[in-house]
Amino acid sequence: MRQLEFVVARLLKVVLVMFGIVVLNFFLVRLAPGDPATVLAGEAGAVDPQFMSEVRARYGLDRPIHEQLAIYVRRVATLDFGESYRIQRPAMDLIAERLPATLLLSLSAFVFAMAAGVALGVLAARRVGRWQDMAISVTALVFFAMPLFWVGLMAILLFSVQLGWLPAYGLETVGGGFSGLRRAFDIAAHLVLPATTLGLFYVAIYVRMTRASVLEVSRLDFVRTARAKGIREPRIWRRHILKNALLPVITLASLQAGSLVGGAVVTETVFAWPGVGRLAFEALGQRDYNLLLAIFAVTSAVVLLFNLVADIVYSLVDPRIEARA
Amino acid sequence: MISRRQLGALAGAAALSPALAAHAEEPRRGGRLNLIVQPEPASAFIGINRLGPSAFVGSKINEGLLSFGRDLKPRPMLAESWEVSPDGLTYVFRLRRNAAWHDGRPFTSADVVYSITEFLPKVFSRSRAVFTNVDRVTAVDAHTVELKMKHPFPGLLTVFERSGGTMVPRHIYEGTDPYRNPANEKPIGTGPFKFAEWRRGSFIRLERNENYWQPDRPYLDEIYFHVVPDANGRSVAFETGQVDVLRGGDVEWFEVRRLARLPEVEVTEAGWEFLSPLAWFNLNLRNPPLNDVRFRRALSHAIDRNFIVRTIFAGFGTPCDGPMTRGMAFSDPAAWTTYKYDTRAAIALLDEMGLRPGRDGIRAELRFLPLPYGETWLRLGDYLRERLRAIGIRLNVTPVDMPTLVQRVNAGDFDIFSNFVYMLPDPAMNFTQVYRSDMKAIGTSSNLGGYDNPELTAMLLRAERTQDRAERQRLYTEIQKILTRDVPILWTHEIGFLTLHRKKVRNLMATGLGTDDTLADTWLAG
Repeated sequence: MRQLEFVVARLLKVVLVMFGIVVLNFFLVRLAPGDPATVLAGEAGAVDPQFMSEVRARYGLDRPIHEQLAIYVRRVATLDFGESYRIQRPAMDLIAERLPATLLLSLSAFVFAMAAGVALGVLAARRVGRWQDMAISVTALVFFAMPLFWVGLMAILLFSVQLGWLPAYGLETVGGGFSGLRRAFDIAAHLVLPATTLGLFYVAIYVRMTRASVLEVSRLDFVRTARAKGIREPRIWRRHILKNALLPVITLASLQAGSLVGGAVVTETVFAWPGVGRLAFEALGQRDYNLLLAIFAVTSAVVLLFNLVADIVYSLVDPRIEARA
Repeated sequence: MISRRQLGALAGAAALSPALAAHAEEPRRGGRLNLIVQPEPASAFIGINRLGPSAFVGSKINEGLLSFGRDLKPRPMLAESWEVSPDGLTYVFRLRRNAAWHDGRPFTSADVVYSITEFLPKVFSRSRAVFTNVDRVTAVDAHTVELKMKHPFPGLLTVFERSGGTMVPRHIYEGTDPYRNPANEKPIGTGPFKFAEWRRGSFIRLERNENYWQPDRPYLDEIYFHVVPDANGRSVAFETGQVDVLRGGDVEWFEVRRLARLPEVEVTEAGWEFLSPLAWFNLNLRNPPLNDVRFRRALSHAIDRNFIVRTIFAGFGTPCDGPMTRGMAFSDPAAWTTYKYDTRAAIALLDEMGLRPGRDGIRAELRFLPLPYGETWLRLGDYLRERLRAIGIRLNVTPVDMPTLVQRVNAGDFDIFSNFVYMLPDPAMNFTQVYRSDMKAIGTSSNLGGYDNPELTAMLLRAERTQDRAERQRLYTEIQKILTRDVPILWTHEIGFLTLHRKKVRNLMATGLGTDDTLADTWLAG
């Protein structure tokens, strides 16, 4: 019962935060100079005041800002995010088209980063001070420090241009006409470079976090006690050290999982991956307020959702957290 | 566009395009051409979106009455012939009888009348400006259209290519808001290719129009436009053979040289004759000291146009210190006042103005907005900053994105910004708009710097309405004299856009519109 109350309280918080985000974003996108009318006029080859005022009137951009906000919030409350000014299709349709590609990329990168990061972090902690620890830590640091676009470009030059092993860009072969299993393999081949590139950055974070956390926990009294009691080493690692050491890693994972949906702009651009990140970047460049706000709302909702899940997982792993809530 | 020396150097590695030479080979039917479109356009319908990417894709779908050869002479397109009366007051177009819209409806004079009188004036300011010279448009019969002019306007034919004179289906657009018509998503034209599929963020696919009015055309089965947002990615796409063509602007200028040396690649300067891009720095003449002609002349002395072409634009293009490209009708460089690269002359002019350096060596401060079209344009801004520093002017560079640039320029909130404009073959098109005093008001215009010369404006209007060619030349020569004396704009160079393509792609540059034309004549060798 207390678990249920905890979840309901959290959900209420999520709704409030979401409202705050929608209002804040509404003002945020309008801080950038220029508006959709300037962009549309430029595209139409009709930069004249008459055309621009027509566009502003058509989309209600000529009304006072508080009226625009009221209309927007009312619409969003009914989950109507409006239409992209530039592409003239419902913003949610455009996002839905791109979401599968982004989820595929982010989740692959996420799984890769989690698995490789935690495994290497534990290994480094177990071999602390030895060459394996050094090698893992230094490599992780290098990938953490290198900009994503640089890693991506180098990967393309090596694996696509020089070796010719993997495709350089896109979600699948343009005009390949594959279906079924062949299409799945084609997409998988296209996924390798961007997912690895995006994942490597996070691998570095997980390695460092896991290593530090494992080292800290393994020096605590209860581990020493367990050893003194004669419990076998694998069991100590599994039940005592890892279970406790992974708590901060879960926090990190929940934050990362949320941001992966909207945060892959660079990777998506370098690899021409048709995802939400690129859509957001383009919408910003075009001052496509409706589309941009819809993307912000979706990504914020995902971040909040993952945080909620993390809270619940936390409360399951560590019952003291529920008590505090 | 490109200097002969440069092109010769490239041709050493990659032979000059056979597109330039007559080919003895028999064209082959079939195949897929892979192109790059960047940035991804909002629409594939050229009728409502005339930016480069839309025009590139849309020009295969929607056509104009005319096209233009590399010699800039009009060529038949949807009009199979035309006549202009000697007094320049009547134009008669005879239309193709076998042309049809992609939905099967015939293309007739009613479509032409609708496009010229209703659709185009509503959606495109250049067409609107040009068609104000037309008194009435009449469908003489189903395949003949007559235009009666209010006065002669000898540049008129230039507007009838696919962008200024897009022909749109009346049965679909009449009585609708052109910007909200559902057909815009799947445009219907008369062109050699039909819209087939668009996966946003990935590609646009066009397929062969089996009922095209020109028999046996197009040769290609389909065209894919790949969407690759990153300039490095576009290089790689070409290098790895996933796309067959790279157009000017797809990759940075400094990459072109390397890619041109790849095996099986050809490079051509052809295909930009019609658009004829001219680069310059717009100056805001409303702001001191830019309102003083001596200051503007000093700026002109301070920049080395040869350096700009040779170093920043990797040797592609031609320095230009006047308002017209060499290819334009009535261009007369002999009449220009030129300001040779001479720092001392620049400083002398500033001294003469009484614009003395302060204790920090600075005489004046200006705000500069670079064109947000990639690294090359940023480097051009860096160069300008360094050169102006040498004559005691501090240039504060603010990199901006496109909407910010448009907004600030429209609000007159700038001193200098870099720009390039498609000049088009006849000065009555874009050239005139740039200098007319009645287009100088902030927020309205193409005369973005507020250059105010009513006498010149009167001459511009007279010149575009003068049927006699010799008289027209005399007027435009005079106009060029005045402009190069007044320096309302800091012209720098004719841009040299090169197109790289695989050798197997034949007849890519069939007209002066290059890859922006229909590509009906383009084919792939085996």
